[in-house]
Amino acid sequence: MNRASEDGAAVQTATFINIGERTNVTGSAKFKKLILGGDFDAALDVARQQVESGAQIIDINMDEAMLDSEAAMVKFLNLIAAEPDISRVPIMIDSSKWSVIEAGLKCVQGKPIVNSISLKEGEDAFIAQARKVRRYGAAVVVMAFDEKGQADTEDRKVEICTKSYKILTEKVGFPAEDIIFDPNIFAVATGIDEHNNYAMDFINATRRIKQTLPHCHISGGVSNVSFSFRGNEPVREAIHSVFLYHAIKAGMDMGIVNAGQLAVYEDIPAELKERCEDVILNRRADATDRLLEIAEKYKSGGGVQRVADLTWRNADVNKRLAHAMVNGITDYIDDDTEEARSIAEKSGGRPLDVIEGPLMDGMNVVGDLFGAGKMFLPQVVKSARVMKKAVAYLIPFIEAEKAKRAAAGMAAERQTNGKILLATVKGDVHDIGKNIVGVVLQCNNYEVVDLGVMVSSAKILQTAREVNADIIGLSGLITPSLDEMAYVAREMEREGFTVPLLIGGATTSKVHTAVKIAPGYKNAVVYVPDASRAVGVAGSLMSEQLRGNFTAEVKVDYEKMREAHARQQLSKKRQTIAAARANKVKITWDGYKPEKPRTLGLTIFDDYDLAELTRTVDWTPFFQTWELAGRYPNILEDATVGKAARSLYNDAQAMLQRLVGEKWLTARAVIGFWPANAVGDDIEIYTDDSRKKVLTTLHTLRQQMVREGAGNERANAALADYIAPKETGIADYIGAFAVTSGIGTEEKVREFEKDQDDYNSILFKALADRLAESFAERMHQRVRKEFWGYDPGEALTNEQLIAEQYRGIRPAPGYPACPDHTEKALLWRLLNAEKTAGVTLTESFAMWPAAAVSGFYFAHPQSAYFGLGKIERDQVEDYAKRKGMDLRSMERWLAPNLNYDPGP
Amino acid sequence: MASRADRLDALNASLRARILVLDGAMGTMIQRRKLDEAGYRGARFATYGREIKGNNDVLNLTQPDIVREIHGEYLAAGADLIETNTFSSTRIAQADYGMEELAYELNREGARLAREAAEAASAKTPHKVRFVAGALGPTNRTASISPDVNDPGFRATSFDELKAAFGEQARGLLDGGADLLLVETIIDTLNAKAALFAIDELFEERGERVPVMISGTITDQSGRLLSGQTAEAFWNSLRHAHPLTIGFNCALGADLLRPYVAEISRVADTYVCAYPNAGLPNAFGEYDEHPHTTADHLGSWAKDGLVNIVGGCCGTTPDHIAAIAKAVEGVAPRKPPEVAPAMRLSGLEPFQLAS
Repeated sequence: MNRASEDGAAVQTATFINIGERTNVTGSAKFKKLILGGDFDAALDVARQQVESGAQIIDINMDEAMLDSEAAMVKFLNLIAAEPDISRVPIMIDSSKWSVIEAGLKCVQGKPIVNSISLKEGEDAFIAQARKVRRYGAAVVVMAFDEKGQADTEDRKVEICTKSYKILTEKVGFPAEDIIFDPNIFAVATGIDEHNNYAMDFINATRRIKQTLPHCHISGGVSNVSFSFRGNEPVREAIHSVFLYHAIKAGMDMGIVNAGQLAVYEDIPAELKERCEDVILNRRADATDRLLEIAEKYKSGGGVQRVADLTWRNADVNKRLAHAMVNGITDYIDDDTEEARSIAEKSGGRPLDVIEGPLMDGMNVVGDLFGAGKMFLPQVVKSARVMKKAVAYLIPFIEAEKAKRAAAGMAAERQTNGKILLATVKGDVHDIGKNIVGVVLQCNNYEVVDLGVMVSSAKILQTAREVNADIIGLSGLITPSLDEMAYVAREMEREGFTVPLLIGGATTSKVHTAVKIAPGYKNAVVYVPDASRAVGVAGSLMSEQLRGNFTAEVKVDYEKMREAHARQQLSKKRQTIAAARANKVKITWDGYKPEKPRTLGLTIFDDYDLAELTRTVDWTPFFQTWELAGRYPNILEDATVGKAARSLYNDAQAMLQRLVGEKWLTARAVIGFWPANAVGDDIEIYTDDSRKKVLTTLHTLRQQMVREGAGNERANAALADYIAPKETGIADYIGAFAVTSGIGTEEKVREFEKDQDDYNSILFKALADRLAESFAERMHQRVRKEFWGYDPGEALTNEQLIAEQYRGIRPAPGYPACPDHTEKALLWRLLNAEKTAGVTLTESFAMWPAAAVSGFYFAHPQSAYFGLGKIERDQVEDYAKRKGMDLRSMERWLAPNLNYDPGP
Repeated sequence: MASRADRLDALNASLRARILVLDGAMGTMIQRRKLDEAGYRGARFATYGREIKGNNDVLNLTQPDIVREIHGEYLAAGADLIETNTFSSTRIAQADYGMEELAYELNREGARLAREAAEAASAKTPHKVRFVAGALGPTNRTASISPDVNDPGFRATSFDELKAAFGEQARGLLDGGADLLLVETIIDTLNAKAALFAIDELFEERGERVPVMISGTITDQSGRLLSGQTAEAFWNSLRHAHPLTIGFNCALGADLLRPYVAEISRVADTYVCAYPNAGLPNAFGEYDEHPHTTADHLGSWAKDGLVNIVGGCCGTTPDHIAAIAKAVEGVAPRKPPEVAPAMRLSGLEPFQLAS
């Protein structure tokens, strides 16, 4: 069940956002140099560092005369899209040119912010641009700018923003909450008196705008305000901090400012803070002079450097390589690769061993995480790139070694790791997965020849021969592709190919590969479950050292799968119902004397003690509900899920206390016992011990699997076998029950949902389910000891109870021993459960409230749970007749158990 | 009902009153008919120069009776809305078969066939209005992901190319008589943004708007679209289109899809539509989840107030739809939550700035 909203995808909510400007060519000289120099890799690092150091939105600006700004914006945004640790945050597309903004909007899948539009070119242009922004699905920064120019005074700022707001909300239909005003922050303390009030103009305008224009936001470029103090970073930082302190109080909720360029307000020395405030708040005429007086004194202080968490660097080199791959960090990869290489060298190894050892291990970790849903594809692709970088570092060493081997007269080795031909097979057009495999393989220095989609077998084989492919990889998504792959394999065999064949794609599977494809081709056929595994598999197949073992292992593995599959096929064979009946459960009735239940008929429990039920809860399935795998209580200490399990368990215990204490739920139950005897596969239930009048007849189904073979003494069981047959003349009995702990669920759930509290709502329902199961278990125990009383001395622990080490069973219609849900109707009539226990049946025989359990009680010491398995038409026809139902609807209810195709 | 406007009024009224049922898989039903190459070609493409077996959409032109028949089976099973057989009827997707120039016609005819089937069903049960959703698939190219590792900035398609292709598709669907549009199986949100942009432009040009349904695809248990977005980020990216419904389809069965439907149901202030696969494919690529199993899951989604429209994707059949219709019958529809105004942005993950 879903906990995504609780942890994984916790939404970032903010009240003030810093927008970094280090990926802004107008704001960062370093970034500008990188972009102009075409060093996009380093430029990406700048963006990454910004996100790593906490930027919640990144501003991207390519407005530079020497640059094709549109092309640079598109290229950088496309590159960012391939970097999940950057693209996880929203983007602010920043340009003064509309064409650049629009080009950027076409590259971003998230919802970005456009920075900016304004009334500068008149109302028509403004409306046209705003409409487009809306259509692209972005929020927008609106500058306080009109045809007369930029707003400087408080009144002008308010006037232009108000006008813009009205146009946007009334004429364009722009949502107010997606409008961000930038009322212009200008430099103060410039020495020009007219500038002294600029900060206050901004702060006061901000307050008025926020008060009068609902839901909008206020932003601004903060560093402008301290422009006069450039070169004196400590003072600038203090000014920024003081300015923000007051502007945020007035309602500013976004700002373009480097987090690293911001002093902590509380930490600014008192003297400096006071004089900065004088300047910002325009409190005295000589404020500028007084700040200048002391500015020099603070110059050397310096800003604070943020440090990334580098503790992972302390681990050994293999762990570091794995960490770098999992997290897509290339910063240290050369050093680490070198270290791994020199370690290998010292122990007599080769550079190639680093690739096949630690690097491949790291890639396998990535594969495991991907398989477990803990990494997603773009990250895997990134990991592959880290691997590529490591391999690139090793290439010169590999070349050198090769030269040495050549000099020593040894065989030359190949330049790339190998040539792999990829194709989506004929009839199938799906290629996204195949493309990713191609990407990942290329990252790892394989030469990939991609034939595209719908490629015929002939074309694949012909090309493989022409390009001299080392490996052929087939992909497909739709079901018919599976047959086509098997065909290609047979063709490869026929044409005498020897290269390995890889099989991948959404519908492919290891079983299918083993059973249907591998037998057609006697050389290596390997199933590749996902893109991240492709490298490991290809690496093993191409390595002289590994190839032999690897292929042999795969062959053994597949052979085993084929055998298991064949056994399964064999086990699908059924015997006739007559033969199965002849092999019923062997019970010696002679001399068996059933215990008579203490009370016949119904016993009703209106309000069962919830506290008693909390003691016998089986917690393991509770954790399964939340997709946490493991047995209770060990799961609480589990290395991977223990933390989550503990927190969940604590929440559950706390809720359970309130649930019982405040009686959120009412538990009700009904049980009953009747005289009964088996008649064939049916069970007759009698009104009283005279056994003259049949109250109702239950119908049971019998296993039909073939039980041949020496030593296979197992019976073909039906539940009726556990009740003494009528002809024995033995007075036997059967019981039935329905319990619920769910009365009151709906009201409580509604309360949680009103508060949008999904977590507690789900937790509550899961607990109600657990209590119902516990109730069924507890009631069964009391039936054995008291109400039927056939085992009054039973003394079992909770664990033994959970392990079902007691006499008798309580099978339920719809479960493996009697999968026919429709029998529940008879059960309900017997128990009058709707009235007696407050549990109703839906049309599809589901119980409502859902936290309910029902079934029959069988007391014979040999009675045991079993799975019916698949059954044949002869039994279904007979069963339908016994039940008085038509065959078609019977087949529909029993569909999962049919060993034949009932046809349309 | 005679006009689209009347039907859309009926649709809105129905959505307030009950949970509606969308149809199941078209591909699965077509596969069952085991058509060969000649079957796909029909008379019209008997001498066509390329193999077209597997191009299900071309059947709108070559086997209209089959397509109508399948629609009819779903309608008879209780579907309120049927999807046109136009999943791949974009110029971009049809390029695989060299049938780019047929894109408009495929859509128009696909919508016409669905319209006819819906009318026939409505004639039989006049109290129950049936609706045609014009389906726009994701195409086989992505605007956010590079197919070339050595050039992560490269794109095999562009926003403008996608926009043009989707615009052409939507035009065909509306001309053929679709009541509403369904942008579905979204694996890359940027593709969907291009589709919605094109649709919005088309609405403006025609002076008529029809409801738009949006359905993303969570590709695996990482809980993200192929392009990396989480469910809520996906919603934030597309909310501007004011869709009639948002939700998910394909890739997962109902059991695994539930958390993401629950997540979007919690945040989206519009109707929620979900149509999972019939479980995951078994080892032989077949979907074997029993109709009652699918229906039980969807029934519990309905009871838990997660959905307004439910249906089936890959592997589902008219039996599934009948079971689903039964499971949600009489269950109160989800009431979209009221959401406080806030600036909700997204990268791969959602971000929110309170207002």
